[in-house]
Amino acid sequence: MDTILRIDMSGAGGPKARVEPVGQYAGLGGRGMTSLMVTNEVDPLCHPLSAANKLVIAPGLLTGTSASTSGRLSVGCKSPLTGGIKESNAGGQAAIALARLGYAAVVLEGKPPTEDLWKIVINKDGVTFSKCNELKMLGNYDTIEKLRVIHGEKVAYMTLGQAGEMKLTNASIACTDRELHPTRHCGRGGVGAVMGAKRVKAIIIDEAGTSTRQPKFPDKFKAAGKVFAEGLKKHAVSGQALPAYGTNVLTNILNEAGGYPTNNFKTGRFEGGSKLSGEALAALENKRGGEGSATHGCHRGCIIQCSGIFNDAEGKYVTKQPEYETVWSHGGHCGIDDLDVVAKLDRMDDDFGLDTIESGVTIGVAMEGGVIPFGDGQGAINLLAEVGKGTPMGRVIGSGAGLTGKVFGVERVPVVKNQALPAYDPRAIQGIGVTYATSTMGADHTAGYAIATNILKVGGYVDPLATEGQVDLSRNLQIATAAIDATGMCLFIAFPLLDQPDTFQALLDLLNSFYGLELTGDGVVALGKKILSAERDFNKRAGFGPEHDRLPRFFTEEPVAPHNVVFKIKDEELDKLFNW
Amino acid sequence: MRPPSWLVLCSKDSGAAMVVTVKLFATFQAGRFEAAPREYPVGTRLSYIVDELRIPREEIGILLVNSRHAELEREIAQGDVVAIFPQIGGG
Repeated sequence: MDTILRIDMSGAGGPKARVEPVGQYAGLGGRGMTSLMVTNEVDPLCHPLSAANKLVIAPGLLTGTSASTSGRLSVGCKSPLTGGIKESNAGGQAAIALARLGYAAVVLEGKPPTEDLWKIVINKDGVTFSKCNELKMLGNYDTIEKLRVIHGEKVAYMTLGQAGEMKLTNASIACTDRELHPTRHCGRGGVGAVMGAKRVKAIIIDEAGTSTRQPKFPDKFKAAGKVFAEGLKKHAVSGQALPAYGTNVLTNILNEAGGYPTNNFKTGRFEGGSKLSGEALAALENKRGGEGSATHGCHRGCIIQCSGIFNDAEGKYVTKQPEYETVWSHGGHCGIDDLDVVAKLDRMDDDFGLDTIESGVTIGVAMEGGVIPFGDGQGAINLLAEVGKGTPMGRVIGSGAGLTGKVFGVERVPVVKNQALPAYDPRAIQGIGVTYATSTMGADHTAGYAIATNILKVGGYVDPLATEGQVDLSRNLQIATAAIDATGMCLFIAFPLLDQPDTFQALLDLLNSFYGLELTGDGVVALGKKILSAERDFNKRAGFGPEHDRLPRFFTEEPVAPHNVVFKIKDEELDKLFNW
Repeated sequence: MRPPSWLVLCSKDSGAAMVVTVKLFATFQAGRFEAAPREYPVGTRLSYIVDELRIPREEIGILLVNSRHAELEREIAQGDVVAIFPQIGGG
């Protein structure tokens, strides 16, 4: 991974590629690569859909090696949704293939002079481009069906659905999984709109003729990899709960703890919660698809296997196991308690190319605005279908919760920096509220997952209703997360890392033996701070100040049941988050 | 030896027993139940309920009483909702 592939889409004669040494970006991967490059090279005041924006696609530092669970992909740009910097992270096979081909980053630059759609094929011999207007306004599933006939089964695909082609602010980029389902999305922040603006419909990454990346010190790397994998296996979360039930195991606990946002954040508990639970979902998947259907990895080399396969009542594939966030956004948030409806909506999001959190929250906001009633599953399906048709209503819904709230005159719109809140009420769980408010990404649970410590008692315990300790907790988690996002590791390694010092050391040993470094815990902290500081710098120059690091006012004014509390962290405390 | 029936009735009438709702989740449901009203003597602690259900204490991730985190020594009261989770996570 010592080269960067830059693709200029601007030329009248078609796109042009050039390969250059990694240079000043040496030693960076994943979010470290995307955020440093975007901060360095993109005008923060540019229009996100303009030629001046860049789409940076980067595997992590350990991606493409034999280290377990290291296949995550980072995509960065100026976000059309937030107007700030964006790193959107996905599983699937793309990152591994890029890393094996030796690319530390692929960068889409410029903007073509015509509306033609392009596909880009990257393999060991280089890069080729061709027009693909025959794929125009096809969803991701149909797009893959057409492409696999030409490019085969053994490649990774990154594609746009209709939303990306229309440059909607909630458009995602789909990455295929091991079965070539386009189910792993760089979802958040409208990164698909930036790819759409560059008129790239598909990137096909063919790793044929490459091999696993080789470490500088193979014996040490192998030994560290063994300790690391054992650490993931022995922790109850990554070794048992996630494989058996998936992330949706959280529904019951958030509902019990009174932090499950229901009917567009009106209450903290949903009566139909148990029907949507991870326990119910896993049982349904195993019943319809056979034992083991609820345990599935999104990329080669994942040993956590938090995903699954969701079939319909006839046993026919519908979608991958919907994530907790997805089940919530289309479920409790919309007052819907039917897993088949949720799975259908998840399939549609993946097909049109939409972030599932933003999509579900948007539908709930439309319900609040009277477009359809809360709890109307068929109404939600019909509404979302408009996105695929490209109607004016579909363009509104595909542009996210903030815009939809404005169109329908809604006051209660749960967004920060115009990005929708995920599945945890920040009044019942104050620590995650700090992360939502302050993250460089807009409201983002993964940026500093305080749920671990506020609710799950992983990495200690901080009372979710108390104000003390929440800013420190969120700060530490945001720093650690930025560093993990640079490694290409799945964020779920954080559960064993927080509880097991030997697993954390094994991660350091993996990095050190691969690159010949002497990284310590302090070095990881420094890396995390470097990434966050760059992102803050970009956002500041893009026009963001402390007043943007706030939750919508209703969270500080309307108490939420059952705890009847508001968000209580003071503004001046929030402003201390990035105080290094 | 069983106590005479009048004593059992007497103790119930005097409020010496109480009913709480116990909810179990994820792996703890296997071979047990999802949710059930259960009767315990006044003064019962969470540790007793956990042991009575033969849930290994070291497997417990989170205990909630009425939606708030609680420790094993916590004394429960009439009408409480007790939720017992193994160590879980996601996101």
